Amino acid sequence: MTETEETGVVAGTTDESAAPLLRVRGLVRHFPITKGLLKRQVGAVQAVDGIDFEVRPGETLGVVGESGCGKSTMGRLITRLDEPTGGTIEFEGRDITHLPPGKLRPMRRDVQMIFQDPYGSLNPRHTIGGIVGTPFRLQGVEPEGGLKKEVQRLLELVGLSPEHYNRYPHEFSGGQRQRIGIARALALKPKLVVADEPVSALDVSIQAQVVNLMDDLQDELGLTYVIIAHDLSVIRHVSDRIAVMYLGKIVELADRKSLYEAPMHPYTKALLSAVPVPDPKRRTQRDRILLKGDVPSPIDPPSGCRFRTRCWKATEVCATTEPPLVALRTGHEVACHHPENAPDGARDDEPAKTA
Amino acid sequence: MTDFPDSTAGHRAGPSVPDTAADGPPPAAPPADPADLTRTGAAVGEPAPAGSKAPTAFLEVRDLKVHFPTDDGIVKSVDGLSFSLEKGRTLGIVGESGSGKSVTSLAIMGLHRASRQQRSKVDMSGEIWLDGKELVGADPDEVRRLRGREMAMIFQDPLSALHPYYTVGSQIVEAYRVHHAVDKKTARKRAVEMLDRVGIPQPDKRVDDHPHQFSGGMRQRAMIAMALVNNPELLIADEPTTALDVTVQAQILDLIRDLQKEFGSAVVIITHDLGVVAELADQLLVMYGGRCIERGPAEKVFSEPQHPYTWGLLGSMPRIDREQTDRLIPVKGSPPSLINVPSGCAFNPRCPYADVPEDDLTRTVRPELRQVDHGGTPADEGVAGGGGHFAACHMAPEERARIWTEEIAPKL
Repeated sequence: MTETEETGVVAGTTDESAAPLLRVRGLVRHFPITKGLLKRQVGAVQAVDGIDFEVRPGETLGVVGESGCGKSTMGRLITRLDEPTGGTIEFEGRDITHLPPGKLRPMRRDVQMIFQDPYGSLNPRHTIGGIVGTPFRLQGVEPEGGLKKEVQRLLELVGLSPEHYNRYPHEFSGGQRQRIGIARALALKPKLVVADEPVSALDVSIQAQVVNLMDDLQDELGLTYVIIAHDLSVIRHVSDRIAVMYLGKIVELADRKSLYEAPMHPYTKALLSAVPVPDPKRRTQRDRILLKGDVPSPIDPPSGCRFRTRCWKATEVCATTEPPLVALRTGHEVACHHPENAPDGARDDEPAKTA
Repeated sequence: MTDFPDSTAGHRAGPSVPDTAADGPPPAAPPADPADLTRTGAAVGEPAPAGSKAPTAFLEVRDLKVHFPTDDGIVKSVDGLSFSLEKGRTLGIVGESGSGKSVTSLAIMGLHRASRQQRSKVDMSGEIWLDGKELVGADPDEVRRLRGREMAMIFQDPLSALHPYYTVGSQIVEAYRVHHAVDKKTARKRAVEMLDRVGIPQPDKRVDDHPHQFSGGMRQRAMIAMALVNNPELLIADEPTTALDVTVQAQILDLIRDLQKEFGSAVVIITHDLGVVAELADQLLVMYGGRCIERGPAEKVFSEPQHPYTWGLLGSMPRIDREQTDRLIPVKGSPPSLINVPSGCAFNPRCPYADVPEDDLTRTVRPELRQVDHGGTPADEGVAGGGGHFAACHMAPEERARIWTEEIAPKL
């Protein structure tokens, strides 16, 4: 397993120069709030408010954040299940931001999604064979050796038995259903798989099975993943690079090692310190940063830096100027006026009157 | 709030008190007539604990069995569980979904038998002793008077546990007035005080809000306020943080810890997250297939786990505090059906070491809980909740110690 890990790292480094598979620039999604008979717009839920990132071929990008930070909306936007309000999405160099459904269809082959809820995402009236075979029918693909054979091969690939072909979803446990969802996502050999909380609905022991399965499939089929999750330990385990989101913005984007070892954004630091560690001996030794209160409403986000209302380092500049997402170190981008673990203290010269 | 009122005088003649959602279903059964009870078969006929000795521990559960007869067969949700807990201590119950954790907590609260309809659907046996009172055989009305006052529960999903139609304040007031003959003004003051105590900003204003006006973390806090309003001596938290984000989870765990220190109550925390348990619990109980398979001081269970299932749970979790591992070690297969629990050790179909004991012992004989460190003496029926470390596995302790140190621990 170490070998594959190493090759993965090597591949990742070489791919850095290569063209990104997915490039997102200034992506915005506002959900309008309307009022009255004329549906006058009185405001907007700023679910995703200007995010930039790239996904390189063969890597896994993890996206973490609290509920309501816009990570799922982001997932729906890059798979074009939802229409962005602004910004651009490029897949393999092609602008797909506002493609009409007809023109999108060929692209759907290459971008697939794994959903969170294995109960809601499988039609209870269809057999497993029907569910996993649907992508072929929709795309008009005739697999080698016939549809049934291909579906059974896929079922085997995800660790189910080919005899399950004629069964219905209710006959399967949560973990097995998630495997069916994965088989369906992989049917058309996609290039990019977006997984929205793929394991959060599963039991601990089953979680590990599914995480390992996704790992194996990536090695075997050369997949690129965008994995959205709120569990920081799972994200650390699966991701090569990680984006931390807060209130519709990416606040930190870095490779796994530097993010977990030296987080720069105070929010990332607080998140990491809040993760419960399964070791009672360390209970007393840890210095935990307890954030006060809740995430502010995305309808009326705070001015300047959005985290400043809960940040212990906030100063006046945080309220007036929004910090841009800049690379403070190679491959480590952060949006903060007063970053942690950063050698350049130049920014700390700002008028530091606590807000 | 001091002593529990004399139970003979317990039939409240006082101001007519509304029955509350917080207090379970309405008083369905007026002191149930015997004929009715025999029909249900649940409440009577079980060991009326006249003979058995009253325990010394604050909460003691002995050989608890909760079975649900269904069309497909008997669902043995809890099948012979024993543990005990002292005041001021925290017990963590861990297990996968369907291992019987929540059923245990509802059994302690007496919620399986709160109404007549429910009573006909459940078979309960064993003993639950709370502060010298036996609850399994007790009259449901009497249990109802304890519920909310001596024992309270924090539920997993605060949105469904709080009534959407009433304000948060009125629900707390109701829970308080059921057990205390006070006027509305005093009760409201108490509600504000509790909301303040659990860290809700501007409690005197928020007390009049409805649950939907609260965020997830605040709802959980409001529910904790409601559970604690009567200073219960036993607090059961069933997955109290599962629906919450990590930052809020940390706040809530901190709050539960502080409140326990302040009130000195006994806490049972039920969760599937070993991390949460490690934060709070003194004692740990691992459940599988309705039975306890390992029990002991939390530190011991984490540092020298004895049962292959506990190893599996630890191996399944990605650890943020350790070096990155390449691969998780999952438990193969899926949890057993509680209708058809595997014979012998319930874990045997998923256990990588099922063939280590000779003569196919794992598949034929159900292993008993045995103490790990003292030559494998059998667990003294539930009394040994204190210091001992127990595991139910056929493998010899030396064998297990060897497998843990040589094969499992290095990979974690």
